[in-house]
Formats: sequence, C-alpha cells, structure tokens
Amino acid sequence: MLNINGLTCGYACLPCVASAKKGPSSAGNPGFVVRNINLQVANGEIIGIIGPNGSGKTTLLRAITRVLKPARGSILLEGKDIWRMKMNELARRIAVVAQSTETGFMTVEEFVLLGRIPYYGKFRFMETRNDLTIARDAMALTDSLKLKDQFMSQISGGERQLALIARALAQEPKLLLLDEPTTYLDITHQVGILDLVRRLNRNFGLTVIMVLHDLNLAGEYCHRIALLDQGEIRKFGPPEEVLDYSIIEEVYKTVVVVEKNPISKKPYVLAISEAARELSAETTRQKH
Amino acid sequence: MKTKSRRAHWTAAILILGGLLALTGIVSLCLGSARIPLAKILPALAGGGNTMEHAILCDVRLPRILLGIAVGGALSLAGVILQGMFRNPLVEPYTMGISGGAALGVCLAILLRLGSSFGVWSLPLAGSIGAAATIFAVYLLSTGKRGLNIRNLLLIGIMISFICSSLITLIMAVARTEDLHGIIFWIMGSLEQPNMLLVKIAMVVSIASLGLAYLFCLELNALALGEEEASHLGISVENTKRLLFILASVMTGLSVSAAGIIGFVGLVVPHFMRLFLGSDHRILLITSWLCGGIFLVFCDALARTIISPTELPVGVVTGLLGGIIFVYVLCRNPAGEKRCSI
Repeated sequence: MLNINGLTCGYACLPCVASAKKGPSSAGNPGFVVRNINLQVANGEIIGIIGPNGSGKTTLLRAITRVLKPARGSILLEGKDIWRMKMNELARRIAVVAQSTETGFMTVEEFVLLGRIPYYGKFRFMETRNDLTIARDAMALTDSLKLKDQFMSQISGGERQLALIARALAQEPKLLLLDEPTTYLDITHQVGILDLVRRLNRNFGLTVIMVLHDLNLAGEYCHRIALLDQGEIRKFGPPEEVLDYSIIEEVYKTVVVVEKNPISKKPYVLAISEAARELSAETTRQKH
Repeated sequence: MKTKSRRAHWTAAILILGGLLALTGIVSLCLGSARIPLAKILPALAGGGNTMEHAILCDVRLPRILLGIAVGGALSLAGVILQGMFRNPLVEPYTMGISGGAALGVCLAILLRLGSSFGVWSLPLAGSIGAAATIFAVYLLSTGKRGLNIRNLLLIGIMISFICSSLITLIMAVARTEDLHGIIFWIMGSLEQPNMLLVKIAMVVSIASLGLAYLFCLELNALALGEEEASHLGISVENTKRLLFILASVMTGLSVSAAGIIGFVGLVVPHFMRLFLGSDHRILLITSWLCGGIFLVFCDALARTIISPTELPVGVVTGLLGGIIFVYVLCRNPAGEKRCSI
C-alpha cells in the first residue's frame, strides 16, 4: 500500500506551504527533521506513530501528504511515487485529519462537501447528487448527520473531530492519515473516535496511519506501531514489541511500568511519579 | 433538498442583485444637474445624436455608470479574493496598500508623460505594475521565516500606503501645473473618465476577471481551511495564490488607473455579501461583483446630487457611507462578528 524508502526530509525546502510551522530541528543534523525512515504499510493495516514531542511525527505525516518534499528517499503509494501524481489524484487516495484546521464560517454539511473537491472536473462548480449522497453517507458513518445544519464554529470539540473525519471520508480515500485525533477530547470521545477508526478499517478495509500521543490508546487500537526518536524509527512492530518498558524508558527518558490490559491483553504503559519512585526506593532500602 | 434550496437561494440572490444593478443604473441615468425624466431616457438613447439629452446621456452619464459598475465590481472582487486567500476579513486593495502603489504608478506615468509614447494603455499598465509591485513587496516583507503573518501584512500594507502617498506628494511638488490636475484627480477618486476607450477596457477586463476568478472558486473555498488543508484536498496552493495575486493586482491597477483611489468598496461589499449569503465563494464572487457595481454607482449618484451642482469625490462618499453602514450592521446583528470573520 505505502512504501517509504530511506526518507529524509526537513523544512529547508518547502514546496507548497509557505506558512507551515517551522518544525523542530534535531541536534546533530540541522535541517532534517526525519532521517532515513523506512516504513512498509500493508493494505488494511492500522499503523500508529508514537514518539516524544519533536521527534518528527507530524513531519513524517507531512511528507506522506506531499506538503514536504523529501530531500532523499521516496514514498510510493500503491507502487507509484506520490510526487509523480497529480495533486487531485493524490487527494482521491489519501485523506488527512489534521491537528488544527481552520473551519471558517460554514455548516457541517458544507464543510464535509469540501471533501469532494478532488472529484470536481475542470469546469464543474456545483456538487452533483452523487457528491451529496457520498457526503451524507460519510456523515452517517461518523454519526454527524444530525449536525449537518449546524455551524462548524458552534459544535463541540468531539463533534468537530467527527466532522473532520466525515470530510476525510468524503474524499473516498484508500489511506486515512490522522494527526493526534484524540487530543483535547475526553475519554468517551477518545474511545469513540478510535472505535470509529477501527470500524472503518474493519468494514471498508481502510488503511490508517495515525499519530498518537497516548501510548495506551496506540497499543489498544493499532496493528503495528512505529516509535520515532529524534527523527529516526527506533522500533517498528506490533504493540507487544514496541511498548516494552526498557525501550519506552530510553526514548521518553521517563520511568514507566508496562502491564497487560486484563481484557484486551494489549500492553499498557503506566507513568510513575517522582514521589512514588522515591517511596518505592525507600521501601526497597528498608527491606535490605 | 438542501442543495436544491441553496441553489434556488443563490439564483434568487443573483437575479435580485442583477435587477438592483439595472435599477440603480437607470435611476442614475436620470439624476444629475440636468434631470431627465424616466420616460425620456429610452427615446433619447435611441434617438439621433443631435439632441441635448442624447449627448448628456451617452457622453457623460452612461460612461460614468459603466465605469462605476466595472470599477466597483473589480474592487469588490479583488477584496473577496484577497480576503479568501489571507483568511482575514480586513485585507482589501486599499488596506493592503495596493491602491496606493497603483496610484503611484499612475502618477509616475503622468509625470514621465508615458501616455504620449505608449498611448491609452500606458495608464492601466502603469497602475497594474504599481499594484503588482506593491502586492509583491507586501507579501515578501510580511512572509518571514515563520510564514505569513497577517498582522504584519496589514501593518506593512498601511506603511506602504503612507510611503506611496508621500511619494505622490513629492511627485506633485515637482510636477508641471498642467499635470497636477490629473494627479489630484487620481488621488481623490472619480468616475469622470473622458476616455471612452478606457471605460470599455475597464468593463471588459472587469468581466473577464470575474470569469477567470470564478475558475478558482473551489480553490478559494478550500483555502478557507488553511493552505496545508487545501493542499490535502488536491489544490496546488502556490500556483493558485500566484494567479490570484496577479488577478487582484490587475483588477486594482486597472480600477485605480481608470478612476483613482476609491477605498472601502473591497472591504464593505464582500462583508455584506457574507452576512447574507455565507462564505461560499461560488456565490460570493458573482454577487460581490454585482453588489460592488451597485454600491459604486449609487455612491457616485449621491456624490453628484447631494450638494449639486458641486460634485463630491466619490471616494469620500464610499468611505463615509461604507464605514457607517458597516458599523451599524455589525452592532445591530449580534452574530455579525462571527459571520464576518471568514
């Protein structure tokens, strides 16, 4: 589905977005935010990308969406170099749920219909019945149909995220990219969004790559996880392999305990506070 | 169902505005220091070229109205495009300093007597070059390492406006007396344009720009989400921005070279259209063009009649009227603030 070979890129040359935020530049190799990334994503997989702040997660997503041009390496989508595709051809295959989207003054339905733009012909300006049906279906799938006449600025954060996913689905993509889809959401909405992603994956074979901050959610929902550290892939594999306490402690420089979720049998990571660490050190000393 | 009703809504808006434009034009034909009653207009227009009415209508008022429509439409359209591109409701040709740059270009052309060597095209061309240079300078200066900064953009636009007006004052100081009248005319802004060819050019370019801009209505809609999101939707952002920049500078340059600096049209008209029709550029572009024409022809009619026989510069009327109406609507409508910010 997606083959990333030896990808190295940074913000030195910005091909299409002049206003993009300047990314974190990693020490030792100025200019390049991600270096020598190799990632093979199979059809129908859910891939999680995790890593500390500034490790290049969003930059990697930007490279996949053609916002950043790779300095070295290539990204092949279904065997085709994404830089050899037309912009709208790519937009029909890859849809993105970005972290911060300006939504302007429009209703949810108008917003979701924007996802049909890659399908408009050169001299077609109005949406067809087909476009509307697809947009409605996308809204029904994401449970946002009831919001369709409300304004984007007046709905809650969780509903907004649903509308964003609906718009991405209206693009009828094969690959869905999500950049921290659960940030700022309560646990109900976090689980709701990720359950939805999982459902879409299972029912429609949608391939998903998502950046997640929450290691436990990544472990629970992703088939495979790529752990980024200072712009390089530290570990790529199933959650049981990646969420290992020694690797996590090394990359995040934090003391953690990794346990198994009693129901799903997936690993989950517990952070230990400084006070608790001291206390446990104290008790071990006393025992000796 | 919703789409159908929206389509009906849009068609109605275009028809109403088209009708209003025709009405304003006709009423404006009647008004002036010599009042011509409505019943006499058609015979006078159709009749031979020897009656007084015919001369007034065809040589004085009709060109003026046509120019008002062309310039009003072009300025509003430039406003909509710039606001859509920068996702900021405060940018327009005037606040971005583009009008000032165009005026400087035109004044330079007058001073250097380019008209005698390049003919009728010299002023629109000089205006467009001035406008393009300003847009380019403003854009370049406000795009720092960390991307485009809207606050910087507005401040730099205002500063460039000041610089241009100082330079124009300098030009006036060294200009020959016979050129001074022309320069002042351009600074004040007036639809009194004796050159019928320029009026025709303005009309053609204004309509052509509307057509060209309309090809980008979906791109503008996508740009409302931000540049990166627009590229996710398959828009080639840089190309689109470049073309729209050129279009906006041509429209502004042409407007300024034909009618001088007329502020506020590009700010007020798009705002009004957004209040009534939302922020979809597929309807916004057409209605803003129409409404810009209505607004400017109306303001010009006021300027001609309010303290007749003395004529006010139309820029004064647009500024006063536009600003007051805008503040009134904003205060009256509690949702106004939200609706206006695109």
